[in-house]
Amino acid sequence: MLGPAAYCIWILCTLLEAGVVVCALARGSFRRYFTLNLYMAASVAMSIARYFVLSRYGFNSDQYYYFYYYSDAILTICLYFALMGLYSIVFEELGATTQVRVFSMLLLGGTALFSYGVVHQAESRMVTRYVVEMSQNLYFVGLILTYVLWGAVLKLRETRARVVQFVLSLGVYFSLYAAIYALRNLYPNFASVLAYVSPFTGTLLPLAWNYAYLRFDEDARFAPARLAVIPR
Amino acid sequence: MMLGHISSLSLAAMMPGIILVVSLAALLQFFISYCRSLIAASVKQALSADVRDVAGIARTASGEDFGRILQLLRLCPAHPHDRSEIRAIGTYFRLLGFLRVSAGKLMPSLMSWTETERGQCAYFAAVALERRIAFSRDMLAEQMHV
Repeated sequence: MLGPAAYCIWILCTLLEAGVVVCALARGSFRRYFTLNLYMAASVAMSIARYFVLSRYGFNSDQYYYFYYYSDAILTICLYFALMGLYSIVFEELGATTQVRVFSMLLLGGTALFSYGVVHQAESRMVTRYVVEMSQNLYFVGLILTYVLWGAVLKLRETRARVVQFVLSLGVYFSLYAAIYALRNLYPNFASVLAYVSPFTGTLLPLAWNYAYLRFDEDARFAPARLAVIPR
Repeated sequence: MMLGHISSLSLAAMMPGIILVVSLAALLQFFISYCRSLIAASVKQALSADVRDVAGIARTASGEDFGRILQLLRLCPAHPHDRSEIRAIGTYFRLLGFLRVSAGKLMPSLMSWTETERGQCAYFAAVALERRIAFSRDMLAEQMHV
């Protein structure tokens, strides 16, 4: 059963996600960061759908359990598209966007197959394990892709403040979720505790993207040397 | 066949552990870079003489100033956009403090890097203080007009 605090975080997260889309529209950047805004709009739609499933079937029902994790996997795939959108923006001057997209799609398909393969060996509680295993692997691959993108940002001396903020917040988000799901896999007994951490973590990405839209103009720039952890 | 089954089972058990370690390492690096990007936005902004006086920053900000500036920040009405960034930089400052105490003595270069970063955190807080003072003045001016 969800308590008042969990509902508050849920509502806050949904409002923040809607806020990102509103901010993008208000700042005239909706089309520029279309895939990012599409992900946020999809998150709002999923939140509403989850609420309907929850109110109809209850928190402890199988329907809610499956809907939650499968919608989470679908949202992670949407987030891959957002990430690809960021790749397109960073690599637009090099003209390597198509290659990057093909590679990302192959990686996405490979991750799903790998997760299936690993769980298939275990054979017990196949579907439930597959969902957690796939989420963990999707977040981890997302983390690797974001890390590669961050490397490209530093190498190409990308200075656009918004792009840098989007990439870094995405990196924090993917690494946090990959760690949470890995902990869930390692210590299944703590799943209920970690289930409370996940929604809180979910607020970080829309919060950071709202901040990036509100704080920085499209033309705002950083000095690249300020961004590398090890100064050049 | 049996060996293959055992190795795939151990792979399944090892994967979450590897993912956890790599994720935590990446999280640390992304978090540091994110905080540095927040600070980078404030580095270009010059501080007024008033704020320098109030914050006690003579020439360059040092890590020792951070706590004092944070207390001054709490006295000002909150600016709607800076709460989360101040919280993030506060966490970053504590992380730097931990690094300084734990590994700084063994690595002198890390010690000087953390000290520079702590100074940048203090400068960031001073810029936020300047913004909050300006925000308070604007609010007061609006109330006077009403």
